[in-house]
Amino acid sequence: MKSTTAKIGLVLWLTLVICAAILFPMVPAPEKWYEFPIIPGLEEKARIIFFHVPMAWTTVVAFVAAMIYGIRFLMTKNLDYDLRSVSAAGLGTMFCILATVTGSLWAKFNWGSFWNWDPRETSIFVLLLIYGAYFALRSAVDVEEKRATLSAVYAIIAGVTVPFFIFVMPRIMTGLHPGSKGDPQGAGPVVQFKMAPNMLLVFFASLLGFTLLYFWLFNLKVRSSRLELQQQSQE
Amino acid sequence: MNHLTLTAGSLKKEFNRRVIFDSISFTLHEGEAFAITGRNGSGKSTLVKILCGLLSPTKGTVRVSVEGKEVNAEILFRHLGFVAPYLNMYDEFSGIENLMLFGKIRGLENNFAGDAEELLRQFNIFERRHDEVRTYSSGMKQRLKFAAALLHRPEILVMDEPTSNLDEEGIAAVRSVIAEHRRRGILIIATNEKEDVKYADAVLNLDERKLR
Amino acid sequence: MKVFSAPAIHVFLKDSHSEIRTRYALNALLMFVVTALALVLFSVGNDVVGTDVLSGILWVIIFFSGMSGLSRTFVSEEERGTTATLQLIARPTSVLLGKLFFNFVLILSLNVLVAVLYIVMINRFVILTPSIFWATIFLGSCALASSSTIIAAIIAKANTKGTLYPVLSFPIMLPLLLTVMNATRLATEGAAFSEALGEFQILVSYTVVVVTISILLFGFVWKD
Repeated sequence: MKSTTAKIGLVLWLTLVICAAILFPMVPAPEKWYEFPIIPGLEEKARIIFFHVPMAWTTVVAFVAAMIYGIRFLMTKNLDYDLRSVSAAGLGTMFCILATVTGSLWAKFNWGSFWNWDPRETSIFVLLLIYGAYFALRSAVDVEEKRATLSAVYAIIAGVTVPFFIFVMPRIMTGLHPGSKGDPQGAGPVVQFKMAPNMLLVFFASLLGFTLLYFWLFNLKVRSSRLELQQQSQE
Repeated sequence: MNHLTLTAGSLKKEFNRRVIFDSISFTLHEGEAFAITGRNGSGKSTLVKILCGLLSPTKGTVRVSVEGKEVNAEILFRHLGFVAPYLNMYDEFSGIENLMLFGKIRGLENNFAGDAEELLRQFNIFERRHDEVRTYSSGMKQRLKFAAALLHRPEILVMDEPTSNLDEEGIAAVRSVIAEHRRRGILIIATNEKEDVKYADAVLNLDERKLR
Repeated sequence: MKVFSAPAIHVFLKDSHSEIRTRYALNALLMFVVTALALVLFSVGNDVVGTDVLSGILWVIIFFSGMSGLSRTFVSEEERGTTATLQLIARPTSVLLGKLFFNFVLILSLNVLVAVLYIVMINRFVILTPSIFWATIFLGSCALASSSTIIAAIIAKANTKGTLYPVLSFPIMLPLLLTVMNATRLATEGAAFSEALGEFQILVSYTVVVVTISILLFGFVWKD
């Protein structure tokens, strides 16, 4: 079974990444390969980057997936694409909540309050609102075909307007987020990190792990939804 | 006589994954009248809406060609007149205003004001033409719908329950429209009135379709 | 360029006549503006409030007033059962452009009214660069009309139209609301016109992008 090997591999991968992210010591002057350098002002709190950023990233991946499946539904009128679109959006909402909560907890300890309207906090909040609106719209339409069409159209409109934040944010707020201090481009919703090579390695391993985890969950969700539909039609 | 054809190719419609009808195919030519019958809920109105382009089918196509050229679905409405109970006029405008409005939005180029008045006379609502539609009785509204459907002289006339709400005089007016239109174009009637079905060259019974 | 074709103009004229006769949207909008302004006046009282807060409140009033009336163009067609009638006499693009223009005229007049009332009633709200302010009102109206029209078309097909409208609109409109608030703040601070050019660029490109995507997608929403 190829897929079983892949799943075990992914579980192992994520376990290693999580262990490395939590256990690798932070020292002022790293000598050994597993020692992370201390970032002034962040210290041990820097470890959240290995979890929080991949979650925020997965939120965006899920949003783009929901939008692309929405476009494919509009082109083919095949309801299976709508099922995939809504599965992606459901997972996206989950990751979005996780990213918001982890980011907010971290903000409490680093900036002193749970919410500061930092550009990135605002962007993730807007994504949360869009996911919420998407599901509110879906629950307000009875006919399945119509529901699929309207939510696909909404996802696309949201998808073209959200990038405007990249231009709007820097004009109105100054960033608190790591990576934005003293950096003219840093106030956008995307963070540029300057990290030690070994941190960067763990970071990208985590990013990859979480992305694969998303695709695995997505696959499971789509298959279980299909089974539910089959069961409904048999009753 | 192949100037005008309407072809339905294996039409299928589902609502919430429930099949309303499946594999419906037929071809109509100029001068033909077609009746669609079936009990309530059999999908008559759904099929008629699909033929008019108001609803998209789950599978299958509707093709119309006028003078040998296929008509783009987006401008099919220019060749189509449709009368149905769920097709409402604008309440806050008078009968003649409604017709003039439709003519202008359609972008009709000929002098349609004269045609509009003629149609209002034909359906005997000319005296009330300046009253707001909200004051009309349901029968008068039905007559106005006929006038609106015929204003642009469509090649294809589609009627869903054409004689509902009408008195004998109104029914007679509709019958004369039917008799005249089937000579010059395609006529499609969704109805359960035996009297209307008599005029049709072919009848599609959606109940039997389902049994087969 | 036949962007505003004759059918679109007649759809616009039809909606305008209908609005003048029934005053569905106008009355709701006017009452909302008056209520919201009165509330702001009561709560501000004689307190000293910063101009950036005041320029924020101005657009809060405009956003929620718009939410009370801008969906009417599509919702009224759906409620009266005239959607199918309109589908059978015009192309989807003509309907969209007609209604877009109607919403634009409606929201522009609303915005000018709110802005004038706001300046007259709230003494501390002083516009030092009128050119920025009125350009913001105009371009903001374009941008608001563009997104409010396509969202109105979507919610007209849903069950809970009234509550859904602001819920769907807010995340879509937030970039434009933040931009107009910032531009208004610049106008109250006496910034030079060139300083607000970035804001205007965002508003213009937002309008262009949303109108384009609306034209592409409206057919799917409009037909059942």
